[in-house]
Amino acid sequence: MARLVTTPNIPDPDGFYAELVAVHDGLSAERSAALNARLILLLANQIGDRAVLSDAIAAAAKTG
Amino acid sequence: MNKIFDRPLYAYARSPDQDTATPVRHPVVVVGAGPVGLALAIDLAQQDVPVVVLDDNDKVSFGSRAVCFAKRTLEILDRLGCGEPMVEKGVTWKTGKVFHDTRRIFEFDLLPEGGHRRPAFINLQQYYFEEAQIVRIRDLQEAGKPVEIRGGNKVSAVGRQDDHVRIEIDTPEGSYNLEADWLIACDGANSAIRRMLGHDFVGRVFEDNFLIADIVMQADFPTERRFWFDPPFNPGQSALMHKQPDSVWRLDFQLGWNIDREAEKEPERVKARVREMLGKDTKFELEWVSVYTFQCRRMERFTDGRVIFAGDSAHQVSPFGARGANSGIQDADNLAWKLKLVIDGTAPESLIESYNRERIHATDENILNSTRSTEFITPKSGISRVFRDAVLQLAQHYPFARPMVNSGRLSVPAIYDGGPLNGPDDAALPPRTRPGAPAEEAPLGEGWLLERLGGGFTVLAIGVEVPDMSELEGIPLSVLRLALVAGPELGARYLGAAPGAVYLIRPDQHVAARWTRWDKDGLKAALRRATGRA
Ligand SMILES: Cc1cc2nc3c(=O)[nH]c(=O)nc-3n(C[C@H](O)[C@H](O)[C@H](O)COP(=O)(O)OP(=O)(O)OC[C@H]3O[C@@H](n4cnc5c(N)ncnc54)[C@H](O)[C@@H]3O)c2cc1C
Repeated sequence: MARLVTTPNIPDPDGFYAELVAVHDGLSAERSAALNARLILLLANQIGDRAVLSDAIAAAAKTG
Repeated sequence: MNKIFDRPLYAYARSPDQDTATPVRHPVVVVGAGPVGLALAIDLAQQDVPVVVLDDNDKVSFGSRAVCFAKRTLEILDRLGCGEPMVEKGVTWKTGKVFHDTRRIFEFDLLPEGGHRRPAFINLQQYYFEEAQIVRIRDLQEAGKPVEIRGGNKVSAVGRQDDHVRIEIDTPEGSYNLEADWLIACDGANSAIRRMLGHDFVGRVFEDNFLIADIVMQADFPTERRFWFDPPFNPGQSALMHKQPDSVWRLDFQLGWNIDREAEKEPERVKARVREMLGKDTKFELEWVSVYTFQCRRMERFTDGRVIFAGDSAHQVSPFGARGANSGIQDADNLAWKLKLVIDGTAPESLIESYNRERIHATDENILNSTRSTEFITPKSGISRVFRDAVLQLAQHYPFARPMVNSGRLSVPAIYDGGPLNGPDDAALPPRTRPGAPAEEAPLGEGWLLERLGGGFTVLAIGVEVPDMSELEGIPLSVLRLALVAGPELGARYLGAAPGAVYLIRPDQHVAARWTRWDKDGLKAALRRATGRA
């Protein structure tokens, strides 16, 4: 079964990070939260693997 | 305006039982002539089990309650001999539209495949549903079947004994006592019997009010379910619309928690809401207005010795999945044949425990679905609303988000996976008809499969030779042989890639066990298991 990837997996980490932050430029906290929610849902669908999604939810909850 | 709920259908009449020196003993007493009690009474009477129904009222359910009745319920009603009049009177539908704000975000189809006798849903006022059940009971009485309904009979006390129940009943002419080998409490969500026996009924209260307006209107909207999230005519809340027979439309507005319920019910206020929803020139009459709240809860057990709970007395859900009456009818379907076998002495009393297990499994599934729908419709936290709105926004543009939109997961029957009565399965056969599942409908040239299954145990043999049998180890049973040529649906639903199959089907038309070849010893063992003897 596929596992949650926790080692570097994005080719251009700085570029991705900048893009992720930039899309929130000028947004209120509320609109930012809404955008994040849409983004999470899109990414989750892309992953599609229910077990990986649960792992990701657990990993995120654990790290805070 | 329709006055069916003003007409007594089973007016109080004195029973000889009221004039005996000692209480008369009956095999089965059902308390409550709602949809569940009536279904149970029909089922028992059809199987020649004498049954007395007591109800404190003498009319069908007052006002507007259930509207949507699911395909499985209709299939059960067919077995009970009253499906046809309901489907004829009802409004058939299977599609729906979901709106968010002013936008239509998508449409759905609850039964995209063909080969089913009954539609995904009909809409029918609960009072018509109950009326058709009463008509069926009257027909059974004419045919000499042992069923009685006593109106104006209010159960005021019950006493549990080892092998029976004592019942005290108030009538307009004073009180009397009865005894029952089995007492079935179908006395609704506020069950007095549950309270008298000291059982808890705990679960979640949802802090929300909903306004029902049933209106009479000539309109040519398509017959489909329409659901709105956050519409301009009810900002921040939801709304639902369903067509019913007699040009009646059910409008359901979410109101929120801190409201003035009486003010909301003012006819002028309701009419203003309706005009805002449907247009200011819409012509309509108000037929019924009420405000309801709901809970999701169940009893810890559905049986207590010789007292058995079924329908709303045992469990309650939110209306969004139409899982109230529909699941109650399935309770009755599950219980009747077990009572019959136990009363006839062909199965041990412990078979009744399988009712408890199977229907609790079904109830937990219904409560889970209904709770999730409620969370989506009324998000409980800020972030829950953020995700809910994100799903709705995405759903309009991207199909992937549509299955997450939850405006009610409409009633489908539970599959008793892991159930105590299930026998062997064969992995070569299609999952949809696995042990525990209700038998799937399939067209058979002239007629339909489910009507051929009848009301007892059936050995269904498709493309496999099986001998004639009318009973096995004292359990009556019939054999239904079908050729492979019967139709593509039969093959797809019962065989898959296998060349043939033998199914053992229970009297409630759930699959008990299945094989890809004839195995008499296997069948015997499965039948023993399905009747609680193993
Ligand atoms: C607004 C609304 C919409 C709904 N929509 C749907 C829907 O679309 N689909 C669906 O499946 N369900 C729906 N439901 C739920 C449905 O109405 C109930 O699940 C259903 O009525 C339960 O049937 P019942 O026979 O268990 O109980 P009830 O219908 O409540 O019947 C109980 C009976 O017991 C009698 N009784 C009570 N106490 C005593 C006593 N002490 N002695 C003698 N008799 C007694 C009462 O008079 C009554 O006749 C809806 C409910 C509401 C409120």
